[in-house]
Amino acid sequence: MRVLAALSGGVDSAVAAARAVDAGHDVVGVHMALSRNRDQFRSGSRGCCSIEDSNDARRAADKLGIPYYVWDLSDEFHDLVVKDFLNEYAAGRTPNPCVRCNEHIKFDTLLERAETLGFDAVATGHYARIVIREDGVRELHRAVDIAKDQSYVLAVMGPEKVAQSMFPLGDMASKAEVRAEAAARGLGVSNKPDSYDICFVADGDTKGFLQRELGEQPGEIVDESGSVVGAHQGAYAYTVGQRKGLGIGRPAADGAPRYVTGVDTARNVVTVGPETLLSVSTLRGEEAVWLAPDVPADTPVPCEAQVRAHGATTPGTVVRDGDTMTVELDEPMRGVAAGQSLVVYAGTRVLGQATLASRRV
Amino acid sequence: MGTHYFDHAATTPMLDAARDALMAHMGLVGNPSALHAAGRAARSVVDEARETVADALDAHPSEVLWTSGGTEADNLAIKGLYWARQRADARRTRIVVSAVEHHAVLEPAEWLAHEHGAHLVLIPVDGNGVIDLAALEREIAAHTSQIALISVMWANNEVGSIQPVAQVASLAAPHGIPVHSDAVQAVGHVPVSFQESGLTALSFSAHKVGGPVGVGGLVVTRTERLEPVTHGGGQERQIRSGTLDAAGFAATAAALRWAVDAVPAESARLRELQAQLVERIGAAVPEAHLSGAPLGEGRLPGNVHVCFPGADPDALMFMLDSHGIEASTGAACSAGVHQASHVLLAMGRSTADAASTMRFSLGHTTTQDDIDALIAVLPEAVERARRVHSV
Repeated sequence: MRVLAALSGGVDSAVAAARAVDAGHDVVGVHMALSRNRDQFRSGSRGCCSIEDSNDARRAADKLGIPYYVWDLSDEFHDLVVKDFLNEYAAGRTPNPCVRCNEHIKFDTLLERAETLGFDAVATGHYARIVIREDGVRELHRAVDIAKDQSYVLAVMGPEKVAQSMFPLGDMASKAEVRAEAAARGLGVSNKPDSYDICFVADGDTKGFLQRELGEQPGEIVDESGSVVGAHQGAYAYTVGQRKGLGIGRPAADGAPRYVTGVDTARNVVTVGPETLLSVSTLRGEEAVWLAPDVPADTPVPCEAQVRAHGATTPGTVVRDGDTMTVELDEPMRGVAAGQSLVVYAGTRVLGQATLASRRV
Repeated sequence: MGTHYFDHAATTPMLDAARDALMAHMGLVGNPSALHAAGRAARSVVDEARETVADALDAHPSEVLWTSGGTEADNLAIKGLYWARQRADARRTRIVVSAVEHHAVLEPAEWLAHEHGAHLVLIPVDGNGVIDLAALEREIAAHTSQIALISVMWANNEVGSIQPVAQVASLAAPHGIPVHSDAVQAVGHVPVSFQESGLTALSFSAHKVGGPVGVGGLVVTRTERLEPVTHGGGQERQIRSGTLDAAGFAATAAALRWAVDAVPAESARLRELQAQLVERIGAAVPEAHLSGAPLGEGRLPGNVHVCFPGADPDALMFMLDSHGIEASTGAACSAGVHQASHVLLAMGRSTADAASTMRFSLGHTTTQDDIDALIAVLPEAVERARRVHSV
């Protein structure tokens, strides 16, 4: 197969590309430039976007003896990921930009380009497994290394894109094993630090980034009875379930900690209340994608729901109806914000994904 | 898969004569500035090469300053001339250059403007990328006593348009304003005579004519004062310090000798291939259009710069390279990310148009087979690159 290996400049994508080469594929390395004005050196825990990262990617391609190109997807990234991130926060929702990047950039723009230019598949360094069944159905599963599993941010890609993707690291036992393999292959990035921050927030300060981009909008923090208990510089910067950084001087009557229970950016009001108000037992998702054609879920199907990357799962049942998805939880979940990605699993298998619309108490 | 090299304007394969000269002198012992026999022998190689280069460029040997290449020569010309003129007359703050100069001229000029109080004046070009002489004349008339220097390239590296440098020099001459020309793309490709040009200074580079990378030079009239940019042991008329690279200079001289002698025959041969390539691209991809001066005396014989409207440059580059066609995207490249070319923008092209371009540059190894190979893969490459862009 002709395989396009996406090379971020990190150790995971380098080893994934190496494994695609070993598997006998005709591999070409592509580094996506996601910003027009890139820093010279990597800083902090950002995982991409500096010139140093593209040099690391090129050196990995050199070692593997594969061609290497930089493709400029900065306009697409800005329009489909960064703008979406800001719009979502401005609308009082809590977006996951990595999910959007996988949806729009890696498994849409990049994959379509690859297809147009004659590739059969795209290989990335994501930790997830694709299991091809005898009936041809491709199941997306959690990685063997649960600690590194990225199926949560990949589920959004949907079934067609799964068929065109390869995740060669899905069966690695641990990141340490990936690093050891990189070192054994002589890849210079074997000791490169992991990345975990949002790549386009240069200093890791998301709140500061939002304030710079959206402007300060002073407003009130109220409690569940409507009395003003504090002030904020922009309701958009708050997330349902948030406890820290509220800056409320006066304690609640019962002395219990207060949490953000509502964000209303139209009125620029943040509502706080006791933890009990955060509990939800039904999750409603929109823009659903379904990866299990053999499990239509038109009647309730047992599942485990996850609403945060690396978050815990909660058992329940899921019903899918067109592009909406409803999960009735066996036990309440708390801290669920609109805009978050809802992924439902059956064991390690991803059934479907949707974006949380609203919460029901 | 064989490869077909269409990037001679970026660097051209080394000529046998240059390689032989380089190898023959690599083992040479002795610093050319030393006074013993080994030093004298090395110095003799340096000066022999200097004389050859001077002869090839129609200059006097003492007018040739060796540098590490075209970029250093341009920096030395712009900064050296500016500082020398500034020292003589502090009112001379204007640096006048064409809008389509190479970055090796634009960047030092911008740096002087930013850091040293200079005033950078960009003279516009027409739709073919040729400097507007009337605008230059107006600038000279309006600011005669404030101009420190003028710099206009001999031939444009992107679109191949040849500039009227002799006319520029004659406009400046009555006012004693020094004129520099970056002739990196012209030397060895079209006739270049320093003597007849009327220029004050001229930059050249070895690897653009089949010599080694890392060698070039600045030809400067003997009467012109230049402030040094690199300070040290005082080599090269106290203007450009650094141990002299005898083997590199010998190889450069060999390459320049061959390239300049070959200009009549090679330019005729390349102009034929160039005309054929332009015609066949037009037939294969009807929407494609040539940028820069029309074919003929006003354009470099090896330059074919084409706009493919609506084609994604990354995809076009990928498709051609994966079929062994080695060419440049017409856009400037910063670590793999294209920036709209200042040359095309100065010529009045839209940003979108300026992005969808390729530069095919022909040279001494180019054959009919290369042209055929390019035409064989181009239509499909453009078609796919266009589909990518419209995704």
